[in-house]
Amino acid sequence: VRGSRDRLTAVAMLSPSVILLGIFVYGFIAWSIRVSMSDWQGLIPSYNFVGLDNFVRLLFNDRRFQIDLRNTVVFSVVFIGGAIVLGLILAILLDRKLPGEGFFRSVFLFPMAVSFIVTGVAWRWLMNPATGTRTSGLNLLFEGLGLDFLVSQWHTTAPPWGIAYVGIPALWQMSGFAMALFLAGLRSIPDDLREAARVDGASEWQLYWRVIIPLLRPALLSVVIILGHISLKIFDLIIALSGRQLALDVPAIYMWTTTFDANNFSRGAAIGILLLLSVALLVVPYLWYSRRQEAEL
Amino acid sequence: MSAPPSALTPPLVAPARTSGSRSLGIVRKRTLRTLALVFLSFMAVFYLLPIYVMLSTGLKSFEEVNLATMWQLPSGLYFDNFRAAFAALRPNLINSLLLTIPAAIGSSILGAFNGYVLSKWRFRGSEVVFTLLLFGMFIPYQSILIPLVQFMQTINLYGGIPGLILVHIVYGLPIVTLIFRNYFAGVPTELVESARIDGASLFGVFRHIMVPLSPPAFAVVLIWQFTNIWNEFLFAVVLTRPSSWPVTVALNNLAGSQIVEWNVQMAGALLAAVPTLLVYILLGRFFVRGLMAGAVKG
Repeated sequence: VRGSRDRLTAVAMLSPSVILLGIFVYGFIAWSIRVSMSDWQGLIPSYNFVGLDNFVRLLFNDRRFQIDLRNTVVFSVVFIGGAIVLGLILAILLDRKLPGEGFFRSVFLFPMAVSFIVTGVAWRWLMNPATGTRTSGLNLLFEGLGLDFLVSQWHTTAPPWGIAYVGIPALWQMSGFAMALFLAGLRSIPDDLREAARVDGASEWQLYWRVIIPLLRPALLSVVIILGHISLKIFDLIIALSGRQLALDVPAIYMWTTTFDANNFSRGAAIGILLLLSVALLVVPYLWYSRRQEAEL
Repeated sequence: MSAPPSALTPPLVAPARTSGSRSLGIVRKRTLRTLALVFLSFMAVFYLLPIYVMLSTGLKSFEEVNLATMWQLPSGLYFDNFRAAFAALRPNLINSLLLTIPAAIGSSILGAFNGYVLSKWRFRGSEVVFTLLLFGMFIPYQSILIPLVQFMQTINLYGGIPGLILVHIVYGLPIVTLIFRNYFAGVPTELVESARIDGASLFGVFRHIMVPLSPPAFAVVLIWQFTNIWNEFLFAVVLTRPSSWPVTVALNNLAGSQIVEWNVQMAGALLAAVPTLLVYILLGRFFVRGLMAGAVKG
């Protein structure tokens, strides 16, 4: 009797979430797929089946979407690559028990607590490209310090490199996260291992390249997955930094404008599904792998 | 490049007055440590730069504000900019509070239920259920946005704060469930079993054993959810009317406006960041744990 009552309780505790996520994640994805294969353009829903037309158009016949893909690639390389390099350097330095370690760690991590919108608004003024008497932000600072060669057009640089500069505020916000993951990885490497490598005559350089950095592979994987999926769906940072300009367009912004400004719902849904597929390619193997690993423990 | 032994291992011999090569090593070690500190300090300046600009601009008087003197400290402490920004953002700051607090609490409670059942009452297929729940954490919300708007309109929750609360509860469930599941998995099973022998029900164990043990997990989850929901933009801009806009949407609107001066925008940005920054400064420990929970054992 007690067993069946407990089973009921367990079902009662779990089912609200299962039902809600069932609808809001899986049900909605299915519905989006249906919309993406329809001819719905305009305020009145229309679900006539048109197959993969919207996808074919986007992928092969849409100049804007091709710009978006190029922008996503440039941005991802700068953002993810930068976060790995910067995060790794900061983590290795902080791991050496320098004075002020706690302070530095807090400073490198605090931007994570701030909204992308706040970041965008602040950096919009720091990366202001205006010249002459309107010069401001970092350009003004560089001129004042005699570092004129650093003066830049920032994100208004001609495509495709403008989007690369969006990586700077993105790095400002998220590189601390990479640092934290690498630092946790470094701290989990037993000291004996370092000692053993030193006893074997490894130089400090070899110790890092041959022993420690290879051991950080799980942390590296997490950094790539988490930052990779953030960079595929980057949206608010660009909106707050520069509004909506074609030069800095990305799929998430295209999806938003084509759906809610142009009422092209079927194309918007198709972009959403393409984003989902690209994220799934990144995340599903990772989820499967890490769940299996946990099951083996 | 061969560097001196790590700072992690204490020297076996007293550093002073040993052989020549050893003291040379110590000099090099000191130089490297100084270089490392210089680099870290430089990076700290980079990370603090936006805060400096927002704060110093915000504290200038209207007369003092000038793009050409952007980097100079204010001549005194004036609150004109903050007053103007607060006047513009006050209703939205209130909206954000009304949104964030119930949504954080709601998702935490449901997540605690899930985490408990999925860690201590595993059933056939519970791992699959858990993985399916987790996937919701990673989906780009663009892929559910159109059905979401249609659904919220159908159930008459489109446009206002209650609807946005529901949405944040639902999409917060994966990460919250993950954190609670990992936390409860660490509670010794003997504790649960002995309570069972004493006749406790499934919910009794939760109520009398798990809940009293879980303030740290609740702290992590509540702080994580508070920060995320406060900072969220996409759902808010798509699902609410202007009167219900949370602060991120209003701030973005302020920043896009040609009428509002940049100094007021800067002050507004800082105002919008203050609540989550305060939480980070006061309770950063828990925030960082939430951060790691989503990544280390995704």
